[in-house]
Amino acid sequence: MAEIRNYTMNFGPQHPAAHGVLRVIMEMDGEVIERCDPHIGLLHRGTEKLAESKPFNQSIGYMDRLDYVSMMCNEHAYVMAIEKMLGITPPIRAQYIRVMFDEITRILNHCMWLGAHGLDIGAMTIFLYCFREREDLMDCYEAVSGARMHATYYRPGGVYRDLPEQMPQYDKTERFTDEETKQRNQERSGSLLDFIDAFTQRFPGYVDEYETLLSDNRIWKQRTVDIGIVTPERAKALGFTGPMLRGSGIEWDLRRKQPYEVYDQLDFDIPVGTNGDSYDRYLVRVEEMRQSNRIIKQCVSWLRSNPGSVMIDDHKLAPPSREHMKGDMESLIHHFKLFTEGYCVPAGETYAAIEHPKGEFGIYLISDGANKPYRIKIRAPGYAHLAALNEMSKGHMLADMVAIIGTQDIVFGEIDR
Amino acid sequence: MIHHNMNQLVLTLDPMLGNTLLSHQINLGELTLEIDARHIRGACETLRDQAGFDQLTDLCGVDYSGYGAEDGDPWNGERFAVVYHLISYHHNLRIRLRAQLPESDPSIDSVIEVWPAADWFERETFDLYGIIFHGHPDLRRLLTDYGFIGHPFRKDFPLSGQVEMRYDEEQGRVVYQPVTIEPRILVPRTIRKDVFKRSNNEPGHSAAAEDNA
Repeated sequence: MAEIRNYTMNFGPQHPAAHGVLRVIMEMDGEVIERCDPHIGLLHRGTEKLAESKPFNQSIGYMDRLDYVSMMCNEHAYVMAIEKMLGITPPIRAQYIRVMFDEITRILNHCMWLGAHGLDIGAMTIFLYCFREREDLMDCYEAVSGARMHATYYRPGGVYRDLPEQMPQYDKTERFTDEETKQRNQERSGSLLDFIDAFTQRFPGYVDEYETLLSDNRIWKQRTVDIGIVTPERAKALGFTGPMLRGSGIEWDLRRKQPYEVYDQLDFDIPVGTNGDSYDRYLVRVEEMRQSNRIIKQCVSWLRSNPGSVMIDDHKLAPPSREHMKGDMESLIHHFKLFTEGYCVPAGETYAAIEHPKGEFGIYLISDGANKPYRIKIRAPGYAHLAALNEMSKGHMLADMVAIIGTQDIVFGEIDR
Repeated sequence: MIHHNMNQLVLTLDPMLGNTLLSHQINLGELTLEIDARHIRGACETLRDQAGFDQLTDLCGVDYSGYGAEDGDPWNGERFAVVYHLISYHHNLRIRLRAQLPESDPSIDSVIEVWPAADWFERETFDLYGIIFHGHPDLRRLLTDYGFIGHPFRKDFPLSGQVEMRYDEEQGRVVYQPVTIEPRILVPRTIRKDVFKRSNNEPGHSAAAEDNA
């Protein structure tokens, strides 16, 4: 009889299923994973150290680049920490806009996750479907901030600017006839809110499409049911948060348990799983997309009927309008001070956390009273999840490794920081 | 959200922790407990088993050596600290623990046995700050490059690092060399204390209103 010995296998760091630059060294017994050791840090940029050398506002852009598929949520935790230390509250309209964009971001993130997770374990179509919806939502990002991904839209004290009255339209190109261009611009003829409203009408149908493709699909179930089971006790002990925790059956959502902004005034449900396997986490995330859609709808109707300011009226923190800056000496001085030195934050420390699409995203901020943070610690949800990769993959087959990485919703921007 | 019962929480936790609890602060509705670093493991076990703090949300290191250097109040504790953020799902409470470590011996007991989640957080803290966690089974570098020298998040480690790498045509491989970037500060660090007594949110008190007056 041939003797079979354990052997070591290298996975990544350049592998399409590694979701970025993950290197895993696996000890295999035949095709069964005995042990695995993830090597991370290949995307480490020292965001926290860089933030120590910049005025507070200049690091908002770095936050986008942490979890680069849920950009505005990262910004949200950061500006919330600063606001907490400054003791300011953004205007109510800004809070609704933030909540709306947080939920748009959640759909963006979950679409990315579903598409990539599907692609990893053999479902091609879902990827194309999900990216179709992402395109519309990216356009919403672009309409408010000018950037499709790295928005830098949230600022301490509110958001950068109010929602545009006119949704940007497609230019006429050689590729499309006049009639086709008109067709494409049909939903873009009104304001951004009209566009988002139309999206929320369409979106539940799209989620139904995803579910038709996957939920009862035999291959999908073979690849996800009973893969990477985590018990509720283990999930807590391992530091799991977000859908990874809810998939194991713990009903915990910061939007409900420790509400921030206006989440306590909105109506939504928290889905939980029962078995704690990859399939349950899939169901949880899909239902979260539907719930996010519900929240967006409520925000849209509130924002339509409640115009108002979106930034606090304190020029020590928020820049004056361009018009004022050009004509008024005092405003010019404020503008100059704000953009050359920034603002100082009182000495102290705080921890602000939000329910990020991936889990609890927190910012631990220490200030010594300067115009730059003394120390920032970014608590990334994916970091704790990936740390448990060894435990989750033990005893599974090699092919399940990609299913487990997929179910963890790993993005290296936030893990390596 | 939970401001009102923080004082009460301290009264509950104080007898449990005994003399391992050195002091506490309540700020912005958040409770920080200063724990004797020599007894951190026991304190964490007590907090988990008796007070119900079942999850370690975060663990990180801090280097206080430059704190308040620009005309602020300097830090009057030890140079290093390990900060733990705990959450209790049952009570819906968060607390923060801080254990200070001297520059001469930055080491502390690992809490990996209390919360397995501490594993990578402790490795990261070791990597970035050089803090040793006794009892950690696998204390290797995590985020920095293979063969990295130094602890980059210490305040005396330059922002642009010590070495840079490039491809060398002659040797036909990647080589490391001292950094060639000139260190520069675009915005100097400034501490201004006079501006903190601000009360915005009060109508008519903002700077813009003063402008119009």
